[in-house]
Amino acid sequence: MSFDPVFSFGTVAAAALIGLGFSHAIDGMYPQPRGPAVLTEMVTLAPGSFDHPQPGEFLRDNHPAAAPVAKETIETPLEIMRFQVTASDYDRCVLDGTCKPADANLAGYVPVTGVSFLDAQAYANWLSARTGETWRLPTDVEWAYAAGERFHADIEGGDGDSADPARRWLTQYRTEAALGRKPDPEPRSLGAFGANSKGVADIAGNVWEWTATCYAHATMSSDSTLIASSISNCGVHVVEGFHRTYMSNFIRDGKSGGCAVGTPPDNLGFRLVHERGGFLQAALRRLGLT
Amino acid sequence: MLTRREALLGSVLTAAAVAAIGSTPAMAAVTDVAELPREKVTLVAPPFVHAHDQVAKSGPKIVEFTMKIEEKPMVIDADGTQLNAMTYNGSIPGPLMVVHEGDYLELTLINPDTNTLAHNIDFHAATGGLGGGALTLINPGEQVTLRFKATRSGTFVYHCAPGGAMIPWHVVSGMSGAVMVLPRDGLRDEKGKPVRYDRIYYIGENDFYIPRDEQGKFKKYDSAGDNYDDTVKVMRGLVPTHVVFNGNAGSLTGENAMKAKVGETVLIVHSQANRDTRPHLIGGHGDFVWEHGKFGNPPAKDLETWFIRGGSAGAALYAFRQPGVYAYVNHNLIEAVELGATAHFTVDGKWDDDLMMQVEPPKAIAS
Repeated sequence: MSFDPVFSFGTVAAAALIGLGFSHAIDGMYPQPRGPAVLTEMVTLAPGSFDHPQPGEFLRDNHPAAAPVAKETIETPLEIMRFQVTASDYDRCVLDGTCKPADANLAGYVPVTGVSFLDAQAYANWLSARTGETWRLPTDVEWAYAAGERFHADIEGGDGDSADPARRWLTQYRTEAALGRKPDPEPRSLGAFGANSKGVADIAGNVWEWTATCYAHATMSSDSTLIASSISNCGVHVVEGFHRTYMSNFIRDGKSGGCAVGTPPDNLGFRLVHERGGFLQAALRRLGLT
Repeated sequence: MLTRREALLGSVLTAAAVAAIGSTPAMAAVTDVAELPREKVTLVAPPFVHAHDQVAKSGPKIVEFTMKIEEKPMVIDADGTQLNAMTYNGSIPGPLMVVHEGDYLELTLINPDTNTLAHNIDFHAATGGLGGGALTLINPGEQVTLRFKATRSGTFVYHCAPGGAMIPWHVVSGMSGAVMVLPRDGLRDEKGKPVRYDRIYYIGENDFYIPRDEQGKFKKYDSAGDNYDDTVKVMRGLVPTHVVFNGNAGSLTGENAMKAKVGETVLIVHSQANRDTRPHLIGGHGDFVWEHGKFGNPPAKDLETWFIRGGSAGAALYAFRQPGVYAYVNHNLIEAVELGATAHFTVDGKWDDDLMMQVEPPKAIAS
């Protein structure tokens, strides 16, 4: 797997003061001060291609199969938050009356946790409206690209044994058990888990991140890794972190979202992608054209 | 209340009886017991059980056990919530002690001076003396030895019962375990046919009541004594904050999942010293279940879920027929998933299509 190096400015001076001029004007009309504008450091990743194990569950010849690996391409530079959205950033949205308070009672420069996919989406919409730019959750592919060497796919049970479905369940269970990961529930301050080779911080720490990608059941053609058909369930989204998993949109605490067998995420949070050319889109949105 | 006259009369009568027959039957029994063979057993931490014979190889004996009481903080869930635990031998539950009917169980209980509280032990398997509780109360720095005769077979709870308000608090702080008294000739099915087990696991279920702070977070206390007032308030609401197997949510999962093979028969002993529970093996059954835990009764057959009354231990025998990952839960599923009462079995072996197969995998609904 080869990842292209980060744009040079991505690691050096990507600190971008997100233009909240628009919101400042609004702030002035409220009696209470809202503190400093959202200061979000961004990392810009150069376009590139990489091999990526697909998310979802896969069938070949009517049996569960290992996730196929596909070549994915990021066509345009990808601007993604260096850190996860913080509790204090999220609180601004809450104070604005748009976001629901997060379940976790944390404040300041720690990742916001105890948020669902719906909360993450509400925050992205709020931030887009406040900034007049387009902010959204990354797709599974974008997240994996940004995660680089720290990307972990699903805990894989491998190809199913047509004669013995239990073998795959046991393999998956033992693989997960052998990871020996201990619960680590307390969110740390931003950057505590360090940056990856692309300068993106806290990937695969103890906060799993929501993505915009839906959970899917896919059927592969018997002679290749091509997906012949797929049925997605967008009530469940891909969640990324120490391992990739899937959670219902309304789950805020990964611990209660886990199934009977398996290690659930310690915490649920998110980071956003800033879409280039978002200005035009935002303008269109304001005009009600999207 | 014994009057002085009755007491005197009693002693006169006793003296007369001694004079008449030389010795009382009770005295004779004690003399005999002293001559019985002794076996010293080293206990192992649950879910494992010390090696034992399923069918007794000889006559009654005295089986000696030693347990040290340990007060120590223990983590009881994935969030790191801390219980100021009180334990028999360092584990929650305390170890399972196995003897045969007619044997004498002799326990030396040690309360090291590093502890801060007085403790004792009440064996539901024992007769008289508050199950031994009246004869075993020891302060930190003391030890005591109790012997009782295992007069009836079955699985029985033991727990700490140091009097009054201390009783439930010590129990919900972790002080319980179980004794299994096997019939001398082993277990039998409902028709009286002998049954054996290839493996045995002991699961102790606990309900914990951890106080929360103003933010709703679980509080941490320096020592057991510090939590008493707050904990009792939570206890009196009768809503546990945790219901777990073997002291910690997830203690019997992952690397610590219980193991078995297709074709093996497993005996699962399940105790709950305080609160009712309803074990269920997801994807399996109870072939033979002693729901009350008492082997003098024929086992119930083919159960889906069985009921363990608070303050008792039951036993379920199951031969695994299909490989895979099994969850063993308290089938109040809120307690299983939200409060922690889930354990796992990983079972190796050959899949049997006759018992189950996926005829058609998930696909788009045919229109």
